[in-house]
Amino acid sequence: MVVVEKPEELQELVRSQPRLRVTGGGTKPALSHSANASLAKLSGVRKYNPAEFTFTAMAGTRIDEVETILAERQQYLPFEPPFSASGATLGGTVAAGLSGSGRLRFGGVRDFLLGAKIVTGEGISVATGSQVVKNAAGFDLPKLMVGGQGCYGVMTELTFKVFPKPQHSATVVFEAETVGQAVALLRKLAGSGLDLAALDLDADNRLWARVCGFRSAVLRRTERVRQSAPTPGRILTDDEDAQFWNDCQEFRWLPDGRDLVKVAITPKCIEKLALLLPHVARRFSVGGNLAWIGWPTGENPAQLRHVLCELECPGLFVTGTPSTPYVGPRVDNLFAQRLRAAIDPHGKFAVS
Amino acid sequence: MSRLRQSLPPDRVLTSRAATTSFESDGLTAYREKPGVIVLVESTSEVVDVVKLCHEFGVPFVARGSGTSLSGGSLPIANGVVISLNRLNKIIDYSAEQRTITVEPGFINLEVSKHVAGDRLYYSPDPSSGPVCTIGGNVAFNSGGAHCLKYGMTANHVLGIKAVLPDGEVVEFGGESLEHVGPDLCGMFVGSEGLFGVALEITLRVLPQPERFHTVLAAYDTLAGAGDAVAMIVASGLLPGAMEIMDRLAIEASEAAVHAGYPTTAAAALLVELEGPSEELDAEIPLLEQVIRDSGAYEVRVAANKEERSRIWVGRKCAFSAIGRLSPDYLVQDGVVPRTELGNALSAIEALSEQYGLRVANVFHAGDGNLHPLILFDGRIPGEFEQAEHLAGEILMMCLRLGGSITGEHGVGVEKIAYLPEMYTENEMNLMRLIRQAVDPAEIANRGKMLQASALGKGG
Repeated sequence: MVVVEKPEELQELVRSQPRLRVTGGGTKPALSHSANASLAKLSGVRKYNPAEFTFTAMAGTRIDEVETILAERQQYLPFEPPFSASGATLGGTVAAGLSGSGRLRFGGVRDFLLGAKIVTGEGISVATGSQVVKNAAGFDLPKLMVGGQGCYGVMTELTFKVFPKPQHSATVVFEAETVGQAVALLRKLAGSGLDLAALDLDADNRLWARVCGFRSAVLRRTERVRQSAPTPGRILTDDEDAQFWNDCQEFRWLPDGRDLVKVAITPKCIEKLALLLPHVARRFSVGGNLAWIGWPTGENPAQLRHVLCELECPGLFVTGTPSTPYVGPRVDNLFAQRLRAAIDPHGKFAVS
Repeated sequence: MSRLRQSLPPDRVLTSRAATTSFESDGLTAYREKPGVIVLVESTSEVVDVVKLCHEFGVPFVARGSGTSLSGGSLPIANGVVISLNRLNKIIDYSAEQRTITVEPGFINLEVSKHVAGDRLYYSPDPSSGPVCTIGGNVAFNSGGAHCLKYGMTANHVLGIKAVLPDGEVVEFGGESLEHVGPDLCGMFVGSEGLFGVALEITLRVLPQPERFHTVLAAYDTLAGAGDAVAMIVASGLLPGAMEIMDRLAIEASEAAVHAGYPTTAAAALLVELEGPSEELDAEIPLLEQVIRDSGAYEVRVAANKEERSRIWVGRKCAFSAIGRLSPDYLVQDGVVPRTELGNALSAIEALSEQYGLRVANVFHAGDGNLHPLILFDGRIPGEFEQAEHLAGEILMMCLRLGGSITGEHGVGVEKIAYLPEMYTENEMNLMRLIRQAVDPAEIANRGKMLQASALGKGG
């Protein structure tokens, strides 16, 4: 494993190596287990102007380091990047295309990334996107980095926009008898003007609804959320609220011996997915747009592939060491292949 | 041409001068070009057929919706094909439960919100041309509007796209979920200015309507004062749905046109709109009032009801067209500066206006630093158009010097094609050209927009 400390070293490495896969914090081994270079030392916040609500940092910068700096100015990344406390980096989060429960309210990592400095397959450093919150000049290449698994260039530096951190948050938990009942309530809450910050459904049919905003408003809004179900929910204490969503961000609900799989779904697929994979650890996040599945480590994912193909929901192994991280319907196509041919003509960044 | 006529009825393949004239220009009226043929398509399979024919014969094409592009994005290519998509305006699928709607590219922007309003939903991107512009055009140019600060641009609201690539291959990416797996191809396609082909079906997310709005119009005696107020509001932790500024000239034009009740004595008016759950607004309104008071506004009006809110927005949205009352011609610029540089940018524009002896009206999305200077000129006076273009160019260079962008939402098109290489280095430009070549080697899709046509493209 080569440890890269400067962008120029990375450029040199790309030019000299037949193949280059990088890792950062190593929190998503399914995507980085075959890495031959580490960007963990390509780290540090380069520019942060709180009044501008943007920051620029090296790709190997740990998310928790960024979150601490932002919090000092009451700012945050609203999509709650997964595995923050476990050491996830900005680059790894973008490459994997992962957003947490907070994605519901203001969007995911794709919506907050403004610019990306990348190294192409020919070792050329290219600054894509911009440093400002609105930009329509040229191809939107930073988008391609999101979920691109490092196949469309290796990121060295990233610019994000951030938002003001809400003063207060509170969570209501509802208990439903069946998945169907839980989904019905989930749809009702997600489609309302209640403006929830997060809405997750766990495997025990408990629905967790979070409200963020000014303290005086949050208390009243939480009460309204609580009353919006036939059987009113329970309001968590402040400590429980913080603990619950922090556990979500770190996947502490995932039992040992399970590999984490991300699935892009819609609420209409939840019941069927729960029915087809009854004994699998799972959680439905982002108002039913994102499923996290705990697949038994070492077990052939054929059944999972079959179910996801049937539901037409693409999946991605995040942890574990599968031969390919993709599971379910094929997401690659001619457009993607042509883009790769332009950015990485020698196929150096190809995922194994 | 005979192959086109074989596959489509004669009344939908137009070549007469009378028929093609209205397609010679778009929202950027200073540019004109004569197309060879206009094809009025009525189904997505017809689009694919036409694209395949263009590919086979190496004929360049421009896909066009309502032609509202302000950067010349739908300007025809000389003797090329114009694929007119206005009749491709059906809703393919709508689910209030999923809060998604799939439409054809000719569907009108504002009609999306109208269609879903009964379910108390709306479509967020709201360019001023919303009543006429199409979703296909919005996708091609990543259109914005007044509400990007909180909710983003078109790219942030497109979930899935089915598109025909320039060689006739049909691809699909994204879907109905907010999430995706694999590279964000949807995001990459949006804003590509037609260079990657034509979007045939577009899945949009629609949002629950905010429960309540609070719309404030504050008057300032300096433009910088209004700019500073924006910075103060952002710093206070508030996240308004929209923050817009209009200067004296823009107010004057807008008031003459629609009498929306803007303060005509003000050097600048700031429009701020809070939106969200009722209780949240109860907490936010006093804070906003305090900040606006501290920012030195000399007059503050609050919309008392839906009608007043709507009047304020009409005043803002008609500003571009109202400028026509002040001047026979104008150029609109679309540069972006870091929000903390707004004051500097506005002073620089003022100085340039004096230097060139041309009036400049300012209407802009202050919340995200997206300027819209309107440069007033009279095209009948020899040299004045060139002067206006020079001035526009200087404004773009100023935006870049301040660390911004040459375009926030109008796109590069033909208008800013010379300035893209000022924003990006040769490495970035090369990569974009390589991508263009990989997707469309013959450069038949919207040739000469965003990127200069290569020698190959020019020859074709």
